[in-house]
Amino acid sequence: MLFLTGRTPRRATAAALVLIGLLTGHAAAQSMNDVQKIAKDRGLSTADLLAAAKTYTPSGQKDDYIMFSSGGHSGQVFVIGVPSMRHLRTIAVFTPEPWQGWGYGVGEEILEEGYVDGKANLWGDTHHPALSETNGDYDGQFLFINDKINARVAVIDLRDFETKQIIKNPLTVSDHGGTFVTPNTEYVIEGGQYSVPWGFKYAPISEYKERYKGSVTLWKFNRKKGRIMEDESFAIELPPYWQDLADAGKLASDGFIFMNSINTEMATGGIEDKKPPFEAGASCNATDFMHIIDWRKAEEVYKAGKVTRIEGFPVIMLETAIEEGLLHVTPEPRSPHGVDVAPKGDFVVVSGKLDPHVTIYSVKNIKAAIANKTYSGKEPFGIPILDFDSVIEAQVEVGLGPLHTQFGPDGYAYTSLFLDSAVARWTLGGSYGSGTPEPDWTLVHKTPVQYNVGHIGVAEGDTVTPDGTHLISFNKWSVDRFFPTGPLLPQNFQLIDISQQGTEMPVIYDMPIGMGEPHYAQIIKADKLNPWKVYPDIGWDPATMTLDPMAPKAKMERVVRNGNTVEVYMTAIRSHFNPEHVTVKQGDTVIWRITNVERAVDATHGFSIPVYNINLSLEPGETATIEFIADTPGTFPFYCSEFCSALHLEMMGYLLVEPAD
Amino acid sequence: MKPSLIDRVIGPRVDPAERSRHTLRYGTPGFLLLCARVLLLVSLFLPYWNMELHAPQYPDNLNLTAYMNHLSGDVAEINGLNHYIGMRPLEEAAQFERSVGVYVMIGLVVLLELASFIHSRWAVLLVLPVMLFPGVFLLDLYLWMSHFGMNLDPDAPLSSAIEPFVPPILGTGTIGQFKTVATPGIGLWLGTAASVILVIALFFHRRAYRPLSRSSSATAA
Repeated sequence: MLFLTGRTPRRATAAALVLIGLLTGHAAAQSMNDVQKIAKDRGLSTADLLAAAKTYTPSGQKDDYIMFSSGGHSGQVFVIGVPSMRHLRTIAVFTPEPWQGWGYGVGEEILEEGYVDGKANLWGDTHHPALSETNGDYDGQFLFINDKINARVAVIDLRDFETKQIIKNPLTVSDHGGTFVTPNTEYVIEGGQYSVPWGFKYAPISEYKERYKGSVTLWKFNRKKGRIMEDESFAIELPPYWQDLADAGKLASDGFIFMNSINTEMATGGIEDKKPPFEAGASCNATDFMHIIDWRKAEEVYKAGKVTRIEGFPVIMLETAIEEGLLHVTPEPRSPHGVDVAPKGDFVVVSGKLDPHVTIYSVKNIKAAIANKTYSGKEPFGIPILDFDSVIEAQVEVGLGPLHTQFGPDGYAYTSLFLDSAVARWTLGGSYGSGTPEPDWTLVHKTPVQYNVGHIGVAEGDTVTPDGTHLISFNKWSVDRFFPTGPLLPQNFQLIDISQQGTEMPVIYDMPIGMGEPHYAQIIKADKLNPWKVYPDIGWDPATMTLDPMAPKAKMERVVRNGNTVEVYMTAIRSHFNPEHVTVKQGDTVIWRITNVERAVDATHGFSIPVYNINLSLEPGETATIEFIADTPGTFPFYCSEFCSALHLEMMGYLLVEPAD
Repeated sequence: MKPSLIDRVIGPRVDPAERSRHTLRYGTPGFLLLCARVLLLVSLFLPYWNMELHAPQYPDNLNLTAYMNHLSGDVAEINGLNHYIGMRPLEEAAQFERSVGVYVMIGLVVLLELASFIHSRWAVLLVLPVMLFPGVFLLDLYLWMSHFGMNLDPDAPLSSAIEPFVPPILGTGTIGQFKTVATPGIGLWLGTAASVILVIALFFHRRAYRPLSRSSSATAA
C-alpha cells in the first residue's frame, strides 16, 4: 500500500508490506492486486519485487551513497547514485568532453599539463579513483584518479566536481598502483606499471635488467591549495618488476605502503622470436614479491636530501632505500592483483590470480620480521626478503581467479573471483572474528555475477569504518544481460545486497555502462559530500577556484580593440548574451571573456561558436576566457547550447569576421 | 488667568501626590506609548512584507522580502524573470521610501515620545501618523506594484503574451506559470499591533487627563 501510493523513506518496510501482501494473499486494497498482476504479467518473482523495493528510488528521493567510478579508457570519472544505480554525471578528466566544454574552450591548460613531452594525449585509461581521507576515512573533499596509459594523476575538487590538475609522472610511462592516499591524504601514491628506462628514454630490451626501472611516486598533496605540489614530491626506485596494485597502511599499519608486483621473473617476451610470451614468461615463478615501503622513513630520507635528481625529479635510489631500511619485500602468490589493508590496518590481503586462496599477512608479524631481520634471503637487487612463514597470518581458499578484496563493518571480507565469475564472502579472524557467526578465516558464500568480475566496491569498504550494506561487482562482460548493442557490449555493474549475514547476498540490480571499461570505484556516504549548487560568486573561475578580476560583470559588457587584439567582455543571462554582435577582422586575436551572471540553481548556459570548435558550459557564476585567432572570415551565429529558458533559441548572436583585404 | 497656547497643547500637569495615588491611571497611557515605541523599533529589523512565487521549476519557491530599508530574497532571479515581461528591476521601486524608511520610523518613535508628555487632546495629532503607518505602507506598496505592473516595457520579449497586471499585495494571484502568495511580514504585524495599542493608549489617555483638563478649564473659567 505504502509502496504504491506514497513515498516513504522506509522502503524496506514498504517492501515487507508488499511481500506480506503477496505471500499471504491479504491484498485487501486494489493496489496490492495491481502489484500482483504486474508481477505476474512481467514474470517477476518475489525476490525480484524485493530487489526492486531495495533499489527503486522514486522521483525526488536521493541516493544514500555516491559512487565515483573510473571511466576506464573513456579517460573520465563516472558519478553514480547507490542504490538507484543512476548515472548522475560524468566528470571530464583526461579526455575532451563537449558537454562540459572540457577541451573546447575550458580546461585546455589542465589538459595540456597532461601532455607528454609536449605531445597531445587527449585520452586516458583511468583505473583507480581515490577519495581524500582524514584519519583513514573518506572526507568528501577531493578525488584523485590515475591514468594507466601515460602515468598521470588527476585531482578533482568535489566542491564543483571538476578536474583541477593533471600531473604527468616524469619518470615512467605507465602506472597502475595508483591512486591510493595515505590516511590523511599527505601523499597520493602512484606506482609505476611496465618498467621502462628513466624518463621512458630508449634502451634496447636486451638491457632490461640494467636499464629498465620500477618506481613508486609519492605526490605531496596540499589540501588548502587543492593541488599536488610537484616540488614537494619524490619517488623511490624499485626493481624492474611490474609493480601492480598498492594500498596505504592505516591505524596498525600507518606509515606503510604495500605494493604488489608481477613479472619478478623480469621476462622480456618475444613471442615472434619463439621466446616465451610475456603471459608465460611473467608467470613461471611460484611467487612474486609484495613490496613493503615505510613511507614516513622515505619522507625523512627525501627531506635529508639523500636523493638523486632524475629527469629533474628527486628519486630515492634502490640502494639508498635498502640501506635506510625503508624497503622490504615478502613472497606472495604469483601474479597477484589486489593488495588490500583490513579496516584496522592489522591485516593485508593479497590475491594471486592463479592461486585459489587469499593470503593474509599480519602487520604485527611484518613489523616483528623487519625489527628482527627475519629474512629468508635477498632478491636479486639486494632487497631483504621477509620470511613468508613468519609474516603470514592465514590463507583462505575462496575460489578461482581471486582479484580484489573489500571489507564490511562486521568482520566479513569480500573478494572478487574472476574465473569463477563470483563474489566470495569470507570471515576475517583476529579481533574481527566475533563479528560473524561463522568460524574465522572461512569461506561463507559465493554469489555468481554476470560475468567476469574485476574489482568490487563495498560502501566505504576500504576505509577504517566500512559501511557494508552495498557491494558492487564491476563486471567486464555482460554477454546476455542486455540488448546487444552490436558486437561491442556494455560493462555490467551489479549491485549486491550485503546487509544480511551468512549466505544471503543477492544481486539486486544490473547497471550497464556503455562508455569505457571502468576498473575500480569508491562508494562514499552521500552526506559526506557538500558540493556547491552554484559558484560562490559571479565571475568565478573554476580552474583557479577564485574570483577572476577580469570577469565581465553586468552593465560592464564591452568590446575593446587594441591593435590586432579584440577583447570581448560578455555576460550570459536568460535569454540573451550581451553584446550580441561581435565584429572582428580576419587575423585578429580574439580574447573572449564570458560570465554567466545567473544565481539560480541549474541555470547553466552553453556558449558555442561554429567553425571555431568552441563550446562552453557556464554554470551559474562561472566565468571563462577563450582565445582564438579569427582566421576564417564569415558570419557565425553563436548560441547558447544548453536549453536554458523558453526563449533559449533566441539566445544567440553573431560573430562577424570581416575578410582581410 | 487664561492658560497660554503651550499650556493648552501640553495639557494639565499632574500633581505628584495625585499621580502616586493613581499610578495605574496615569501610568497606563505612557506605558502603552512606550510599548508602541518598542514595537516600532523592533519592527525596523523585521520583514514588513513577503511574497512567495510558486512555479514548477522552482521547488523551493522564489521569495521576495521587503524591509523598511531594503529588499531581500531572490531579487536577482525575480528581476531576471521580470525582464521577460518588461517590468523594471525591483530595486527601482520605492527607492526614496527605502532610503528614508529608517528615519521616518525614528521620527514616528520621537512623535510617540513627545505624545507621552502631551496631556491634551492634541496628543491624538502626534499619535495619528503612527496609527496610520501600516496602512500607508500597504498603500505605497500597492501604488508601486500597480505602477510597475501597469507600465511594462512594450518591447520586452513577452510583452505580447502578458497583459499589464497588478499582483495582489496581500493574498494570492497568478502571473504566467507563477502563483504569487503575498503576506504581511512580522514587522508589519508589529506596526499594526502598535496602532491597536495606540487606540487603547488614547482611550486611557482620555480617561486619565480629560477630567483634569475639564477641572482646570473650569478653574480657569
